Amino acid sequence: MADAPTIQVDIVSAEGELFSGPAAMVFAPAKEGDLGIYPRHAPLLTLLKAGEVRVQTPDGEEHHFFVGGGALEVQPTKVTVLADTALRARDIDEAAALAAKQRAEEALKDKAGHITIAEAQAELVRAMAQLKLIERLRKLRG
Amino acid sequence: MPGTKEIRSKIASVKSTQKITKAMQMVATSKMRRAQERMKLARPYAQKMRNVIGHLTEANPDYRHPFLVTRDPRSVGVIVISTDRGLAGGLNANIFKQTLLLLREWQGKGAQVSLCLIGSKGLTFFRRLGLPILANVSGLGDRPHVKDLIGTVKVMLDAYRAGELDRLFLVNAQFVNTMTQKPCVEQLLPIEALDTEGLQEHWDYIYEPDAEGILDGLLMRYIESQVYRGAVENVASEMAARMVAMGAASDNAGKLINELQLIYNKARQAAITKELSEIVGGAAAV
Repeated sequence: MADAPTIQVDIVSAEGELFSGPAAMVFAPAKEGDLGIYPRHAPLLTLLKAGEVRVQTPDGEEHHFFVGGGALEVQPTKVTVLADTALRARDIDEAAALAAKQRAEEALKDKAGHITIAEAQAELVRAMAQLKLIERLRKLRG
Repeated sequence: MPGTKEIRSKIASVKSTQKITKAMQMVATSKMRRAQERMKLARPYAQKMRNVIGHLTEANPDYRHPFLVTRDPRSVGVIVISTDRGLAGGLNANIFKQTLLLLREWQGKGAQVSLCLIGSKGLTFFRRLGLPILANVSGLGDRPHVKDLIGTVKVMLDAYRAGELDRLFLVNAQFVNTMTQKPCVEQLLPIEALDTEGLQEHWDYIYEPDAEGILDGLLMRYIESQVYRGAVENVASEMAARMVAMGAASDNAGKLINELQLIYNKARQAAITKELSEIVGGAAAV
């Protein structure tokens, strides 16, 4: 399309590609406020907050994508949205980190007393083999 | 000569075991394919991320983010990804062996080591060593999600930022092909030279709010995506290893059944012969 310039949009997340194609305009929820990007926008780099990315394709269709946050890179002919699949916020991250730490501590505490089912089973098999051996020895003697 | 009944029940038990191993093999095969697809899906994100970070560091040579600065290695953190379940051949054993080599190497250089464990098999193994375990997550299942890894990775990144760690490594099983998975050690932090080839154009961006904040957010996500890729690759390797191990087990069960069948037939034949000769002997006596 010569008269209506388009811009290449790629929306990718760590778990897969969400959208790739030309667009007439892109809206994104930047940290500092929502952005609308036309083709030939100045190079821009910003972080996104949770919200909706809207892509208007050249034939007037509109696609909506939810992002949990992420980063937005704008080059004159290309827009790249690096989307987070998870909802990100400082306190949510903090809580997740804390939980990971706690799990590690608990695992270390359990070292002495607690044994897993697999270990217990292995122990049982060993004990049974010993018993069998003892029985066999008894038979041989008796 | 053992009784035919015992042999028959033994054959039945081996057959049912074979059914299980065959089923596990098939399940692992389909799960491996799906995991491989997810590996492919994760690739463009990491690639684009590397490009953006490359642009950014190129445009701001004077700002050095702590993740890009190499410090004296006084303490080393290792993220070990292992499986949650067994019956996957020597996969976990190989990962642990590689990890121990790495730990010994750094301990030899006089560095402190601490661990971050993803997967329950790693936890049971490394608990015995008495090394500090900073974070742990297990039970990710066959479809690990980034959101399950964020907290665990954050613990390590925070430790690195605070200067408690000077190096961060990732150990996981690398999926070479269906038959081969080898343990692979990768340095996550500090980030070694980023692949900035393929950057033809150079420009500076408008930053909102500032370059430092954006770079920090990007680098953090980059590391997370690396760990996510490791976790997905580990799942693919686990499934491939299990597929091969269960295939071998099914073959062995088949061989065992054949052997037992032969013994059973012989025993049966012997019993018949014996009975016949008894009858003939009895008839002759009369």
